Amino acid sequence: MDFMLTKQHEMARTLFKEFAEKEVKPLAQEVDETEVFPRGTVEKMAKAGFMGIPVPKEYGGQGCDPLTYAMCVEELSKVCGTTGVIVSAHTSLCCDPIMTYGTEEQKQKYLVPLAKGEKIGAFGLTEPGAGTDAQGQQTKAVLDGDEWVLNGSKIFITNGKEADVYVIFAVTDVVTDAKGRSKKMISAFIVEKGTPGFTFGTKEKKMGIRGSSTYELIFTDCRIPKENLLGQAGKGFGIAMHTLDGGRIGIASQALGLAEGALERTIEYVKERKQFGRAIGAFQNTQFQLADMATKVQAAQLLVYKAAMAKATQKVYSVEAAMAKLYAAEVAMEVTTKAVQLHGGYGYIREYDVERMMRDAKITEIYEGTSEVQRMVISGSLLK
Amino acid sequence: MKIVVCVKQVPDTKGGVKFNPDGTLDRGAMLTIMNPDDKAGLEAALRLKDQYGAEVTVVTMGLPKAEEVLREAMAMGADKGILVTDRVLGGADTWATSQTLAGAIRNLEYDLIITGRQAIDGDTAQVGPQISEHLGIPVISYAQKIQIEGDSVIVERQYDDRYHVLKAKMPCLITALAELNEPRYMTPGGIFDAYNAEITVWGRANLVDVDDSNLGLKGSPTQIAKASDKVRKGAGEKVVLDPTESVDYIVDKLKAKHVI
Repeated sequence: MDFMLTKQHEMARTLFKEFAEKEVKPLAQEVDETEVFPRGTVEKMAKAGFMGIPVPKEYGGQGCDPLTYAMCVEELSKVCGTTGVIVSAHTSLCCDPIMTYGTEEQKQKYLVPLAKGEKIGAFGLTEPGAGTDAQGQQTKAVLDGDEWVLNGSKIFITNGKEADVYVIFAVTDVVTDAKGRSKKMISAFIVEKGTPGFTFGTKEKKMGIRGSSTYELIFTDCRIPKENLLGQAGKGFGIAMHTLDGGRIGIASQALGLAEGALERTIEYVKERKQFGRAIGAFQNTQFQLADMATKVQAAQLLVYKAAMAKATQKVYSVEAAMAKLYAAEVAMEVTTKAVQLHGGYGYIREYDVERMMRDAKITEIYEGTSEVQRMVISGSLLK
Repeated sequence: MKIVVCVKQVPDTKGGVKFNPDGTLDRGAMLTIMNPDDKAGLEAALRLKDQYGAEVTVVTMGLPKAEEVLREAMAMGADKGILVTDRVLGGADTWATSQTLAGAIRNLEYDLIITGRQAIDGDTAQVGPQISEHLGIPVISYAQKIQIEGDSVIVERQYDDRYHVLKAKMPCLITALAELNEPRYMTPGGIFDAYNAEITVWGRANLVDVDDSNLGLKGSPTQIAKASDKVRKGAGEKVVLDPTESVDYIVDKLKAKHVI
């Protein structure tokens, strides 16, 4: 067992860190304040190859392993949670399922421009009545000649209005199982922005990751070509679950980055902030809090990296991904909250990054499977 | 077109300069980076590659650890990396360094050699022009813009208050300023490719037409007696005088210091 990163990974981290410090950090506060999607940053990331890190080179990507991708999301999120999730949703939730389940034609048409960052990707599974219970889907797709006709809506979609390519889930059939219960058969589709009948609803006003574009997607008799079915008809639930396993590694990396960023800022702050004639870092309470924060951050990092490596080597990595996301998200919430506390009154002011980081951290416990769902996945594997 | 770019691994002064007790730089304790002027030179070469098509070979002289800058250059898009390293080359000043690099470059075909103007650890700006002298090719220093026209290169050479436009037939050598461009980032895939690629390692035996007396510490006419941190300048002197008196005052000061 070796805990040392390879030289390649170390150099990749140097690259991501340099990019994050130079291109992302200076805009983080403004992106949060104005809730504007950082389009310019995405263009720069595309140029640097960040939008297709785990996609093979023949499909326009970088051909790197999931660990390199996780480290990219981690370093971006250290300075800006919004930028971290833009890359994560694009890569894990749109590039990955097309890469895994797409036909050669679909890969050439959609994956290549996505991996090059010429197009942005999104993923639509959640509906008003179908969050954790993904089986509660209401959106329907009916085959009519050479086209699928989509009707329904999706909510809370990351990269919502900014994306060009969407992986959308819809019910295509209802069957009766052996016990006589009706079961919805879900299928996955690739939908392009601009398709007639595909419109956007409300832009969500969020607590955190405010620069990421979160929208409702509406499909009204939206006709898409038959060949845009992703994978087999009726196998969409499996595609969604498998995609989310990978997505959880991305969100775990985002959570890890947020925790690390908050810890770094706090270490700087407690050395400078003086109370009772001493830097507050000289007080044992501060020291012990920092020790706990750093230990948990380190443990989270090991779980996240382990999950990323499992994705590279194992066919099934649901438990590793669930553990990484569960722990990293809860550590992110705890560490950013403590960071605000150690900053005192200043930590509650928007001028200080930890205030934003605490707001950004909360969503990591909710999206791409709540912490409760992760616990279901983990315990399910223990008791089967 | 074939372009050779010379780069140097230098201490990252952002992390603070550290010295050994004897006053020499404690290089082991400092982080290292690719010298900024060299990085701009590399970017210029890569842009020429993008625009006209070229093979870019990066050459560095240094300790085995200097391989890292070659990997970085290749992760940015350079095609080949050559590390010149040998114990007998250690302690080289600009003369011995330029002799070494010229000796290595004599093995290569090239239309253009690009070096940085100067390294942030030595600040001499001598190595580039010296290489051109050893190789008997023209040099254009302080390039702020580079274009290719047929078999010639057209370069804007920067001055404090103006620039010259110079045209030279290739092969020639150009020294680049950090201000020349904004170097591109490495790509993640480029990093992995760079580590899979072979780095050519050359020693003394591979240097062509170089005499031992021009290499390493023994071949270095200059020796560094001591290096120290910058001594801060004083606050300066402020006087309030009318214009005529001011001129006289300044002229007297300059004369006293033998400036004029």
